[in-house]
Order: sequence, then structure tokens, then C-alpha cells
Amino acid sequence: MDKKRKASIVLIHIILIIGAIIMIVPFVWMILTSFKSISESTQMNPFVIFPSVWRTNAFKEVLSKMNFVRLYWNTLVLIAGRVLCAVLTATMAGYAFGRLNFKGKNIAFSLVLFQMMVPSQIFIIPQYLMVSKMGMLNTSFALIFPGLVTAFGTFLLRQAYMGLPRELEEAARLDGCNIGQTFFYVMAPLTKSSMVALGIFTALFAFKDLMWPLVVNTEQTTMPLSSALAKLQGQFVANYPELMAASLLACIPMIIIYIIFQKQFIEGIATSGGKL
Amino acid sequence: MKRAGLAWPAFSNGHVKEVPMGEKTVQYKGTNQKRSEFIWGWLFLLPTMIGLIILNIIPIFQTIYQSFFKTGAFGKGNVFIGFDNYTKMFQDASVWQALLNTFKYAIVEVPFSIIIAIVLAVLLNRKMRGRTIYRTIYFLPMVAAPAAVAMVWRWLYNSEFGLLNHLLNSIGLKSVNWISNPNIAYISIAVVGIWSVIGYNMVLFLAGLQEIPRDYYEAAEIDGASGVKQFFHITLPLISPTMFFVSVTRIIGALQVFDTIYMMLDKTNPAFAKTQSLVYLFYKYSFLESNKGYGSAIVMLLLLVIMLITVIQMICQKKWVNYN
Repeated sequence: MDKKRKASIVLIHIILIIGAIIMIVPFVWMILTSFKSISESTQMNPFVIFPSVWRTNAFKEVLSKMNFVRLYWNTLVLIAGRVLCAVLTATMAGYAFGRLNFKGKNIAFSLVLFQMMVPSQIFIIPQYLMVSKMGMLNTSFALIFPGLVTAFGTFLLRQAYMGLPRELEEAARLDGCNIGQTFFYVMAPLTKSSMVALGIFTALFAFKDLMWPLVVNTEQTTMPLSSALAKLQGQFVANYPELMAASLLACIPMIIIYIIFQKQFIEGIATSGGKL
Repeated sequence: MKRAGLAWPAFSNGHVKEVPMGEKTVQYKGTNQKRSEFIWGWLFLLPTMIGLIILNIIPIFQTIYQSFFKTGAFGKGNVFIGFDNYTKMFQDASVWQALLNTFKYAIVEVPFSIIIAIVLAVLLNRKMRGRTIYRTIYFLPMVAAPAAVAMVWRWLYNSEFGLLNHLLNSIGLKSVNWISNPNIAYISIAVVGIWSVIGYNMVLFLAGLQEIPRDYYEAAEIDGASGVKQFFHITLPLISPTMFFVSVTRIIGALQVFDTIYMMLDKTNPAFAKTQSLVYLFYKYSFLESNKGYGSAIVMLLLLVIMLITVIQMICQKKWVNYN
């Protein structure tokens, strides 16, 4: 029995390792290619796996062609703006939906649910026209715009508030807090983990958003990483070391943040993704 | 009055469960209770509701409205054309082809991404060495920029210099035109989709698996049920709500596939017509050709398809989803 169990654990490890290799090969290939010369990257006989010399030419080229400081900054503004707006508005609205009883609540909540059921592409043309009419194309505001509020986040926070015990709220109330104070000092701090989950979820999908940045910010100086990278491909078609170097530079910050905060990332996705 | 009745028993240990719960909300003291809840409630809702109405609710109607117009040059001079965009769309072979392509993509991406993720989650759902490392690696593609993911896969798929064809050649197989053969390009694109989303699905399944009480498995073990049997008789039924949730959201996501198509296929690609998705067509007409009226009609078709499929899934769930 024990031998059998040991054998099955070994088998599980073998399967998981093969899977992990498949998952990681594209990243490894990205790294290896970015340090090669163009001729090395397209050499077939013999096929080059490891660069003979670890060249940084591709990185230098990419850094001279693209203003990465600017791109990181634009991406940071996009992410920070959307996360801040999402957490702030959803925390407030979630509390109202989850904890208060008032006229019009159900109609308001049905709007939230309705938004969540509709594919997001349906909003894009009118949102684009709005930003365009405001004269705000090619600004940070344009990037943040669709994320000013979040139906999904509101739903998530509502669930979090509904799960809290009522005793605390009552105690605060007995101590003379009004509804605003009860929310701010007692209830909101208790949903911190849901706020973090929403923040991570929002940050990840803001970072990965491609169509919206492509549409609203067409100037190099105002693009975030995702769309700048997409535009790059059209510029140097076959120069794979440079394309891979740029991809690597675009991915590294998020990957580092993910590895440091992986526990929060995975728990955040598990709670927010699972409660959609 | 109710407040006292609720608050006191809660403090006397052990009888918490007997507290009548009633409504979810706390009853506050004072005659202005109702009014103050109304005011605070709407104060808290205000930013979200204004935002939702401006950003989402009005745009839905604008998109519907726009789909009845022909967009003039440079967005000026919209002309009302009734259902012309829709009749044009129903006669447009490329729209039907794109819809078919989208379905084909979803049919490959969704089942595989779910099955592989469940297997991985079940394998990882135990105390073992390296659990965190595996989880970290499988989730890694989720944190990569989609444009970077698309570029590296395009490079792996490269028919002349790509790693995949090199590996095929080295074991004596012929090269494959992964993304330029019209018959397999959609599969290659779906593989990228699967690779990207496995970790996400796996994390959701792991969370679902942790809800299953351990004693179920212990009891099954005593009865001598094998691991496979346990999987089909305990794990699958108990994780079916998570499966239902993941499949609904994955199908919706797959039907909206855009990033990989946009990034990996050039317009000169011979497989382009047989691979482009409905959302890509929407993007093309709305923003590359500035025909926002026609783009709106296409996105309405997408809405209809997603709604239909979601409703069908809701109806079918009674047959296989186990909520006990």
C-alpha cells in the first residue's frame, strides 16, 4: 500500500513537471531569443538553442526605439487609476447594496447585474465617441475611463459585506456612530481582503487590456505597454530578438510583482474570479 | 426594539444560533432610520450609478441606435438606414465565417482548458512538495501581456525558424504551417488560449476542491474505492457548480477572442479568413474602416449569440450541476 502510494506520488510529480515545462518553455524561449543575434535566431543548421554569446544588442536597440520609462509610467497610471476608482466606488456601493435597505436599491442592483451580463465590446464605440468628444483621446484619462466604476467589483464587495456578522455593526451603532461612520470605521476595514482581491483582479485585467488602449491612445507617448507592444510588431517584422526583448521588458515588472505577491494574487483571483 | 432582542442573546455564549436573523440589515434606532438609510444608501451608490449609467447603460442603447445608421465619412453625417446593416450582415459571408471561426475556436479552447485545469487541480490538491512552485508556474501566463504572449507563440509557430517545427523535424516529422494553414490555424490559436488560461481555471478549481470535506475521501478509501473512482464519484459531482461557473465564463470569454487573432495573423495570412473572429470583425469595421454602424450591428450579433448560449447553459445545468 505504502509503496503504491509512493509510486503514485512520483507519477503525479512526473505529470506536473512535464506540464510545468510546457508552461514555461515559451518564457524561456523568449529570454533565449532576446539575447541572440538575428542570424542566430534564424539559423537552422545547426539549430541554436543557447546564444553563443549573451548579447544585449536587442535590448539596447529596443530601448533606443521605444521610451520604456514612458510606457511603464503610462501603464502604472492606467493600473493605479483603475484600481483606485474600482476599489473606492465598489466599496461604497457594495456596502449600500449589502447592508442598507432603501428605496430604489433593487432597481439599481439590477442595473449592476445587467452590465455584468453584457459583452464589454458593446460599450466600446460609444465610450470611444465620448472620450473623443471630450477631446481626451491620447490622455491618461482616456486609458482609465472605462474603469471608473465597476459592476463586477460592486457585486464582489456586496457579497463580502453580506457575509459579515451584524453584531459589529450594531455595536458601532450603539456607540453612536452614524451610517457613514459605521461604514468607514467598522465595516469597510473588515472587507480589506475583498478590496485587495478586487484590486489585484482590476490591476491584472487593466494590464492585459488591449483593444481599448489600441483604440483611444494612438500616439506613442500615451500608449501603455500592451498596445505599444502590439504596434511594435508591425514595425520590425522579422527581427525576433528585438521583439522578444521588448516582450520580456514588458512582462518582467508584472512577473516580479506576481512572484513577490503570489499568495495574494492567487487568493485574489480565487475569491474574485469565483464569485463573479 | 428589535435591536435589543437581537443584540443580547448574541452575547450569551452558545445560543448565538438561536438568534432570529430576520433581514440582513441592522435596524438602527431613531425615527429618522428610514430616511438616513435612504440618504446614505444613495450617497454611497451615487458614483457607481452615475458611472454605470454613463459608461454602460447609455452606451448599450447608443450601440443599438447606431446599428441602424450608416456612418458617414470621418464619422460625420450618419444616415438612418433602418435594418440595412442587419440585412447586409446576414448576407455577408465573412460574418458567418467569422461566427463559425469563433465557435470552432471556443469548441477547442473551452473543453481542453477546463479538463486540463481540473486534472491539474486534482493532482495539486494534496500536501506535497513543490505545490506552490507548480501553482506559480501554471498561473504565470496569466500575468504576461497578451501582446507578448502572442508574439512569442508566433515565434514558436514560425514555419521556417520556429522551435516547434525544429522539434518536429528533429524527430523526423515534416514542418507544419501552424498559423498559415487554414485548417489548423484556429487550433494553434486555441492552444495559445488554452495555455494562457489553464492557470486561471486551475486556481478556481483548486478553490472549489478545497470546499469538499476530506472525510468523503477517507470514507471512500475505507470502502476501497480507487483514485479514479473517487474522482468520478466524489470530486466531479461536488465540483460541478465550479465547473458550471467556469464553463459559462470561459465560453463567454472564448466567444470574445481578439488579442491573439489580432496579434498573430497578418491580413496577408492565407488562413486569415478562416480564423478571424467576430470581435476582430467588429474591431475592423468599427475602428479600422470607421464603419461604426456596421460594427455596432456585428456586436449586437455577438450579444445575441452570447445570450443564447448562456441561456441554453442555464437550462442544461439542471441536468448535471449538483448543488448539494
